[in-house]
Amino acid sequence: MTAAAGRQYAGEPLIEVRGLRVDYGTGPGVVHAVVDADLTLLSGTVMGLAGESGSGKSTLAYAMTRLLRAPGMITGGEVWLHGGSKPGGSGHGPGSNGAPGHDPARRLDLLAADETQLRELRWSRIAVVLQSAMHALNPVMSVGAQLTDVLRAHMSGLDRAERRDRAGRLLEMVGISADRLSSYPHQLSGGMRQRVMIAMALALEPAVVIMDEPTTALDVVTQREILQELTELQQQLSFAVLFITHDLSLLVEIADSIAVMYAGRLIEQAGARSLYQAPRHPYTLGLLNSFPGLHGARTRLTGIPGSPPDLRDPPPGCAFHPRCGFALDICRAETPALHTIGAGGRAAACWLQSGHGTVPAELGRPEPGAAAAAPAAEAAGSQA
Amino acid sequence: MKMFARKLAFYIVTAIAAVTVDFFIPHAMPGNPVAAVLARMEGNVTPGTIRSLELLYGIGSHQGLWTQYVNFWDKLLHGDLGISTSNYPATVSSVIGGALPWTLGLVGTATLLSFVLGTVLGVLVAWRRGTWLDNLLPATTFFQAAPYFFIAFLALQLFSTNLGWFPSVGAYSQGLVFPGWDASYIGDVLHHALLPALTIVLCSAAGWIVGTRNVMLTTMDEDYVLIAQAKGLPRQRVIWYAARNAVLPSVSGFSLAIGFVVSGALLTEIVFSYPGLGWILLQAVGNRDYPLLQGIFLIITFAVLAANLIADSVYIFLDPRIRQEA
Amino acid sequence: MSVVSGTAPPEAAEASVPVVSRGKLQLPRSPKLLIGLGILIVFILLAIIGPVLAPYDPSASLSTTSGVPHPPSAAHLLGTTQVQQDVLSQLLVGSRSTFVVSFVAGVIATALSVVLGVTAGYLGGLIDDLLSMLANIFLVMPALPLLIVIFGFLPPSSGSSDLLIGLIIAFTGWAWGARVLRAQTLSLRERDYVTSAQVIGERTWRIIGWEILPNLLPIVASSFLFTVLYGVGTYTALAFLGLVNTEHWSWGAIMFWAQSSSAETSGYWWWYIPAGLLVAFLGTSLALLNFGVDEFINPRLRAAGLSRRRARRAGHVVPPRRFVLGLTPVVRPADGDGRNR
Repeated sequence: MTAAAGRQYAGEPLIEVRGLRVDYGTGPGVVHAVVDADLTLLSGTVMGLAGESGSGKSTLAYAMTRLLRAPGMITGGEVWLHGGSKPGGSGHGPGSNGAPGHDPARRLDLLAADETQLRELRWSRIAVVLQSAMHALNPVMSVGAQLTDVLRAHMSGLDRAERRDRAGRLLEMVGISADRLSSYPHQLSGGMRQRVMIAMALALEPAVVIMDEPTTALDVVTQREILQELTELQQQLSFAVLFITHDLSLLVEIADSIAVMYAGRLIEQAGARSLYQAPRHPYTLGLLNSFPGLHGARTRLTGIPGSPPDLRDPPPGCAFHPRCGFALDICRAETPALHTIGAGGRAAACWLQSGHGTVPAELGRPEPGAAAAAPAAEAAGSQA
Repeated sequence: MKMFARKLAFYIVTAIAAVTVDFFIPHAMPGNPVAAVLARMEGNVTPGTIRSLELLYGIGSHQGLWTQYVNFWDKLLHGDLGISTSNYPATVSSVIGGALPWTLGLVGTATLLSFVLGTVLGVLVAWRRGTWLDNLLPATTFFQAAPYFFIAFLALQLFSTNLGWFPSVGAYSQGLVFPGWDASYIGDVLHHALLPALTIVLCSAAGWIVGTRNVMLTTMDEDYVLIAQAKGLPRQRVIWYAARNAVLPSVSGFSLAIGFVVSGALLTEIVFSYPGLGWILLQAVGNRDYPLLQGIFLIITFAVLAANLIADSVYIFLDPRIRQEA
Repeated sequence: MSVVSGTAPPEAAEASVPVVSRGKLQLPRSPKLLIGLGILIVFILLAIIGPVLAPYDPSASLSTTSGVPHPPSAAHLLGTTQVQQDVLSQLLVGSRSTFVVSFVAGVIATALSVVLGVTAGYLGGLIDDLLSMLANIFLVMPALPLLIVIFGFLPPSSGSSDLLIGLIIAFTGWAWGARVLRAQTLSLRERDYVTSAQVIGERTWRIIGWEILPNLLPIVASSFLFTVLYGVGTYTALAFLGLVNTEHWSWGAIMFWAQSSSAETSGYWWWYIPAGLLVAFLGTSLALLNFGVDEFINPRLRAAGLSRRRARRAGHVVPPRRFVLGLTPVVRPADGDGRNR
């Protein structure tokens, strides 16, 4: 199951988010849903984005693709998409097989892109899978029509029969018979609908697929199957994934790296194993203690006391301090920035990790790469 | 077919209810219906009228109410709606038969046109929300609130009396002997129908615009519309994803609106002296021609029910979820 | 918006833009609502004092020498009819009847729709089936032709009773409201707080009165406005057809006389335009109010640009006039649009 765990950060930067800010509304009632988010998604890797509902994780993902709905507004930052179609190759010629030619030296600021640029790179470079396939599929159009629509918009070289043929093969790729093309969404089971969405997302072999809680609405067995298939497809086609979920334990299994959000800010970022075994932020620790590990030693579940803050009126300083067992005076006054810890490329936004006070044992476990880390010792160190 | 059968059954029940109401209204009024009718006719009574009234209301036959009701049905099913007192000895059926084609042509076309136009505009207004198109809404509100016949007055005054672009009376030129359906006759008919049709479209499209806009705004919040945009589909295609769904409530809401539209259209006919059902309705009211009045009510009700059944069939065709069940 | 604290319907709770200041029941200050309310108040005043203000007896022929309508003059601000009646007086006197009939129709039809709709929705079962069927029959049966038949058979004396006319119109106008209220009651009935009240053993009428009705208020208001609007249109149409006593002045009666004298083809515009405009404006004000209530019930319909001016004045980030789906706006506070002064 730990399909991605062995792989290292092999890819080059694919999407770079710098200082992204997102507001809902304006004036006194404004909600700063995302504040100064920095994120780098490497090509061919799976990045998890975790947090409670309302933490801004979905907002961040939608904002960086410019798909965020009103009244959401981007009020600052940059989002660079690297690679992309070769200069002058805006149209897909008849000879094109659909995968746009990539030029790693090119980059595009998605926040400055116009409608035409966005329309062209959407789905061909960035595809999206949503939580509920029931709602993501148009109820009055057949599955085939919705699949071939993508091909027609982006691959003008294909004729009707070829599109139909390709759509059928896409369905078969996710284990659905091609004669389901003429089915309507309501005629499919929940798992099949989500498979259709995944097939659709991969139709143009995109560089990245953003998945917003893609398995949350499914039953556990289907969830397992689909995750398994996804992992296989990801390794086979080596697209990058930004996987949004509140379920940290799930990310540990499928993600290469994980970013954790709280109250609109990224508060910790690390490799999946590092984050799981040696969290550096108290909130991450709390999240990890809220879920039973799928394997490994049994630990006591503690959860996090209190509830997420009202973003219209966030607490001063670190937004997590009212719920934090380690809060210092400075936590109540100043907001910590995300800063690098060690050489492993991990980062956390916590005063404890930047020389204020002593680092508690739970937040100072050795990196899993260090030979000393034994799973038994990890478990024993869990917060009581 | 289940869905269709259920709808059909409902309309049949409604039709039966309409016939029953139509039969009982004269009997529910205080006093003897024929006496009441005669009193309101204020002396314009010929032996013919009395005979036709006796036939209609079963006076003189000393039948019970139930027998009369059954007889009413019997005659109705044979296409007999009684004698029109103001057109004696013409039957109500023949008077209505002469007017019905004009109404079907004018009102049918205008209603369909306004539905299509209003729905398309409603989709656009919702999609382009926040632009100048929003200013269309207050104007549509005015046309929706104004009585049809008032807009008809204005149209007549402006385009016929003042500008002289259109004839003001009738469905074809006065004194024209029916020459057969040649080009000039058809042109003449269209020329006469245009202004009333425009009035009906102007007044009824407003409702479709507002209704479709509101549904479209809700539909645009659906995930599949966002996905259509995320797929990088051309803009028209994205609008289509939403509109295809947003139109469904409009089609099913057709039944609520058609009664209003037809009522308004009848009044429009009156203003334009258009020889359809509205026009003979006015004459029936003016001449106290009760059998004709009741007949017109039934015919209009049946026509509206038929239109509803067509709308329901379209709906079943448009919505695969219902279609499968059907 | 919560009417009863903690029991706001979910539609209202969905409001994503903070419009309401916390804690207080406050109607959204939409221009539609305000304009609609303003016009309506003028009309109410007109209905109350209009007949007193009328300079002449509306039915009196003020001169027997002329058989031609006179255009507006100093003596007759809105001109005269064919038989030299004062049009302004007819309008002023007619405003009361028009308003009373529509208002009565609205009140009775709404009461009927609340009783029948809530009963059907709350009790369910056979009663629901029958009442729903009845409502649907009334919905598809064209109302105006039915009313024409009814009024055609009414004794002439009843043609001038505003109360009776309103009552009969209400009889054909309750079904729409009943249907909407039934659907909403059905969904409210399943809510936790209603279920818990039932479990505690609250009496049915108490649950309906205290838990359900308050949450139906916006829909009842919308349904009332709709039926008053329906009443205005229907009464005017009936009067226009000459089905109610045409000496009983209303705006529809004025247009009846204008039509019978071919005023529209003879250019006597002053005769019918004021009456028609009044009907249209009364209708517009009711429709605007209804839109306001609709936006209150369904926040998605609210215009997004409301707070732009205020935001700019306060130096906040100014949201774009138009949000395009799939093109999230980028509004940097340092940009020209966001900068203040």
